[in-house]
Amino acid sequence: MAESVCRSLRDGALEGELAPTLTIKDSLASPFGFNVFSHILVQLSSQIVAGKSQSQGIMIVALSRSPSSYIDLLKTSGVDVESSKKWIHILDCYTDPLGWKDKRRKSGDITDPSNQILSSYKTVKDVNKLFSVICDLGRGLVGESKSRFCVAIDSLSELLRHSSVQSVASLLSNLRSHEQISCIFGLLHSDLHEERAVAVVEYTSSMVASVDPFHHSVDGQGSYLGNSSRQNLTKGKFNVRCKRRNGRVRVTCEEFRVEPSGISFAPVSSVDGAAVAVAGLIPKVQFNLQLSEKERVDRSRVVLPFEHQGNGKPIQIYDGRRSLEDSKNEATPISGGKKEDSGRGEIIYYRDSDDEMLDSDEDPDDDLDI
Amino acid sequence: MEQQGLDLMDQALGFHSNKAQQQPWPLSGRFVLVEDCVDTSGAFVLHHILKRSFTSHPSSAVIFLAFANPINHYDRVLRKLGCNLASQRDTGRFFFLDMLMLQCPVEGEPNHDGLAAVFEKIERVISELSPENKKFVTVIIDDISCLELAANGSSNDAIDFLHYCYTLTSENDYALVALNHRDIYSDGERSTFKLEIEYLADILVKVDPLATGLAKDVHGQVMVLNKETQKQHGISSIKVHNFHFKIKENNTEYFYAGSRT
Repeated sequence: MAESVCRSLRDGALEGELAPTLTIKDSLASPFGFNVFSHILVQLSSQIVAGKSQSQGIMIVALSRSPSSYIDLLKTSGVDVESSKKWIHILDCYTDPLGWKDKRRKSGDITDPSNQILSSYKTVKDVNKLFSVICDLGRGLVGESKSRFCVAIDSLSELLRHSSVQSVASLLSNLRSHEQISCIFGLLHSDLHEERAVAVVEYTSSMVASVDPFHHSVDGQGSYLGNSSRQNLTKGKFNVRCKRRNGRVRVTCEEFRVEPSGISFAPVSSVDGAAVAVAGLIPKVQFNLQLSEKERVDRSRVVLPFEHQGNGKPIQIYDGRRSLEDSKNEATPISGGKKEDSGRGEIIYYRDSDDEMLDSDEDPDDDLDI
Repeated sequence: MEQQGLDLMDQALGFHSNKAQQQPWPLSGRFVLVEDCVDTSGAFVLHHILKRSFTSHPSSAVIFLAFANPINHYDRVLRKLGCNLASQRDTGRFFFLDMLMLQCPVEGEPNHDGLAAVFEKIERVISELSPENKKFVTVIIDDISCLELAANGSSNDAIDFLHYCYTLTSENDYALVALNHRDIYSDGERSTFKLEIEYLADILVKVDPLATGLAKDVHGQVMVLNKETQKQHGISSIKVHNFHFKIKENNTEYFYAGSRT
């Protein structure tokens, strides 16, 4: 549930425990991961400003969107970005991640003193330095005391592109273990990486939220927006897997809809009903794959051959050529000679041709009268 | 503004027929990715946008990064479409950066300065633009596969370069248009490169051959995916347009499937 995810992030980390970490996972089949990321960012920010969350500040590591777009997002959502008490800082890894711009000036990473909210970061391949910069800036945001801040990474995929899986995993682990970090959330495009890399990020997270298409494309390929069905263009499924402290895993599923004002979540509609997960896997075909009640009853009544009926009667092996009643009345063995020893389930087989002497001159078919 | 009817491609790209609604350059701040394949070339879409950028607004400028063809090729093609590139160049509205001979330094050398130097060149051209031409700048890259070749096959460097070009759209509201050959990246490992760029794109124009095979009157089909993005919140809605096209001597015709007898 999106609400419970936001609550977990708001409540933050217990003393001595790792910070809750959310990975939002999407793909081109349903590319709305950023909508979820912005939604959570706005929710958490409002709670920080209102003083209702454990964290007192938020660090946004902006890799795939410009810092100004985040400031606009928060302003249009009614969150006070310019309040006197500083609560937000944006690390700009978007504008010049590799230091290509303004080479003439040869400026390094700078914190513009005139702009309290923004710092630019130009060596995005150096993940260790990124970790220390995040910690220093975060400490500067909330102070040295027991106050905590949260970290939002808008593209774990960009980080994985610039550095190795191990570096990113250790960055996440180090952030989770930091005593001043309350919670972490980031966005990952699952179709851009090997399964191994996605699995590593999922393992380091306590919550994984998948943004999936409403209808999976029939051929199973990750084509852009599935098969571009109408519903996939604005709706989808939001599946969340949470790891609890006691080891239990909780899985929930919701529907989401994207609108100009943002994203909204709703329980799965009753049309899909109980078989939500299964329904997505059953292909849409012309014939009925389900059983009706009568069909189910009939199926349970079918006597399977070679199966012990367990009703105390002698075992009748149904050879398919006659009904069960007829074979009960049969006294003599039929040609081909099967005999059943009732009670022990033994088959004694007498071959007719064993009685005859083999004579190579004779054609065994001579006595046929056709 | 030139009075001309809008065809299906224009409408799909976001040009509105109602002049009051129309922005001076609807592609401002957007990245248009054109994907084609061997069977059907998508270069005609680039030519269409190139011509449109000159006719739509008097103060627009185009920076053309050519990795695939020399200027004479584009000159001939655009002349057939009724556009004189030489005169646009003379008036400071068309900048042709010939990248055909570009070969980036090999890995192991001190720096991967190759594409960084190209980006610096683009920045220099932009800074030297006259103020009135600076308002609606379009950067066109033909094409991404050749760009990757120039980067010695380093798809990471190519994506870094595209990212930097993309920052031009968000910071200065410029338009970015690029052509990519989809079928080069159709197998497992290489497909990530294509997907990375598709994530960046605001408008995706997919050019395919007809599913039914070659035809005399229809040269292929186009699907345009236009992400209406509230840049802050993310994608708010996606409009899909499907139509066919026929490339003629002096223009390209666009029409709905089945509307041609």
